[in-house]
Amino acid sequence: MSITYLEAIREAQTYLLRNDERVFIYGQDIAGKFGGAFKATKGLAEQFPGRVLNTPISEDAIVGTAIGAAMEGMRPIVEMQFADFSSIALNQILNNAGTQYWRTGTPASITVRLPSGGTKGSGPFHSQSMEGIYSHYPGLIVVTPATVEDAYTMLIDAVAIDDPVVYCEHKYLYYHLKADALPTEKLPIGKARIVRPGRDLTIVSNSAMVHEALAVAHQFSSKDIEIEVVDLRSVKPLDTDTILASVARTGRLLCVGEAFPWGGVTAEVIARVATEGFHLLDAAPARINAKDTPIPYHPNLWSEHRPNAKTIAAKVRQVLAE
Amino acid sequence: MLQTARRVEKRPKAKKAKVHPRYLEAFRWMLLARVFEEKLASLYRGGLITGGVYLGKGQEAVSVACGLFLEKGDVFAPLIRDQAGRSAFGEPLIDVARTYLGSRMGPMRGRDGNIHRGSPKAGQLAMISHLGAMIPVVVGKLLAKRMKGERGFVGLTTIGEGGMQTGATHEGLNIAAVEGVPFVVVATNNHYAYSTPNDRQFACADLVDRAKGYGYAGSSVDGTDLTQCLDVIGAAVKTARAGGPPQLVVASILRLAGHGEHDDASYVTDDIRRQPFAEDPLPKSERFILEKEIMDSDALKTMRAEIAAEVDQVIATAQREQPPVGAEEDWCAISRRELTDHIP
Repeated sequence: MSITYLEAIREAQTYLLRNDERVFIYGQDIAGKFGGAFKATKGLAEQFPGRVLNTPISEDAIVGTAIGAAMEGMRPIVEMQFADFSSIALNQILNNAGTQYWRTGTPASITVRLPSGGTKGSGPFHSQSMEGIYSHYPGLIVVTPATVEDAYTMLIDAVAIDDPVVYCEHKYLYYHLKADALPTEKLPIGKARIVRPGRDLTIVSNSAMVHEALAVAHQFSSKDIEIEVVDLRSVKPLDTDTILASVARTGRLLCVGEAFPWGGVTAEVIARVATEGFHLLDAAPARINAKDTPIPYHPNLWSEHRPNAKTIAAKVRQVLAE
Repeated sequence: MLQTARRVEKRPKAKKAKVHPRYLEAFRWMLLARVFEEKLASLYRGGLITGGVYLGKGQEAVSVACGLFLEKGDVFAPLIRDQAGRSAFGEPLIDVARTYLGSRMGPMRGRDGNIHRGSPKAGQLAMISHLGAMIPVVVGKLLAKRMKGERGFVGLTTIGEGGMQTGATHEGLNIAAVEGVPFVVVATNNHYAYSTPNDRQFACADLVDRAKGYGYAGSSVDGTDLTQCLDVIGAAVKTARAGGPPQLVVASILRLAGHGEHDDASYVTDDIRRQPFAEDPLPKSERFILEKEIMDSDALKTMRAEIAAEVDQVIATAQREQPPVGAEEDWCAISRRELTDHIP
């Protein structure tokens, strides 16, 4: 038996609906036999009547309704059809959910699932990675699972957390990533994972970019250069300790992210390492992100817009040469 | 172009002889709101309140009717000019004083101020400034109550003619009807969204016409007339609670103050000030009380004095309390403390 990243998300929701009567799922096209644009809820509406609900195309009201339900003690999971469309719900997520606990003492216990990141042919409005935007605002937990196992356990953990959680699931990983079985153990939200040990350079990345980083690390291994790859797992909170410990071993840092280059996760990681671990660095830290343009439609352009094995490898050589 | 509620649907028949059974109770909340807000305005002018002060002057009859018919277990999402309704719903006056005066004892503990206050657990939501944003939150509360098997509840939120024009309001009003929750929205057209008159806010003949488009029952009310407000808004709450369609009530008034106390409202035209909807609901209600001999003028004076004493007392209490202190503040925006992001 094997299970994909997408199936893990569906299995996690099945588990949650079965074991927690407070949970319901709210979003566009998720109910009936259709089961969502990506089938992440396929079969769940039949299995759990009245708890997987289709909504109008109203992202703001979808999240607002989830916030209200959470105030009544429910644990709604919102499925955004694409992360990109959560821009319509930014106000509810940032200003309403994100401020509730601080202002009133009652957290908005919602989980917002964002099908994120680029795939071939998806273009400017179905490809975005928005974890940096959500992390910028106070009051939210932001996670970016990069493995089948994390997709499963982090979604279950997200719903258990009283605070609002933005769960960024990568669409490219939906079908490409497979595991033998559902995990039996887990690393908690808030902890990064060293997915490949090394001694010469640390690549810090998250979500689908973890797999690009691993491919590059594999290439360099044959040249006797050992790259350590850190999967952030959660972007907020950021596990600065694990990053610093890795940089202490390697002395060199490259951050790889799929989001736009201005600010964001890679800039935050470098800022923290420069602030707290300047003495650990043997070379200037570097980062590589998507280009500062909208995300292109054509595969020839898209594959150059995001960091890829070739451009990451070039950055690795640059950092190693210093 | 002057747009007012021209066509009045479901206008209650003139009930010359009958006084609404909760008229006096409602009037007392209106008077409390007016006296309290006059006090706030004077504190603001004296430099004793930091941040804005937003008054419901002119809107008290509409507002009190919004809060008065809600019960424990109901949901109320008031907005900027709803002191009367908040009090009628059960908000302790000391909460208001503490929030405006920045006491650390208040429900917002100095973290938020003035009208941005509430107690979600008690069913009174703490508004955010983005208009329309609280509508779906009310819907979510109602949806969850239904999921949990509760019965007989209703939710009410208020909005203005300006707030009616946001995308969030459109989404929220629609999703309430789609979910079929027991819901009332009271839209008060006070003829100025901050400084902008109706002709730059909307182009339909009357906002109540939108009710049909959203699948709501619509009604209009003269917001200066407490009897009408109690009848129309009371009926809307009752119908929604009984499982009727969602209700849109559009009230017509003039805001008898600036947007906030920083604003002299010099943009309000003389023509508008002469319109019937510009009448102050407080003296109008007092005249009604005297005409109907519900109370005599001595009793009214006594009521006013009691209210003034109550207001002075809560203000004095809040003024004696300590403000929040930065060094003692818990600078953490999440409840799961082990997930705090320690940012250097």
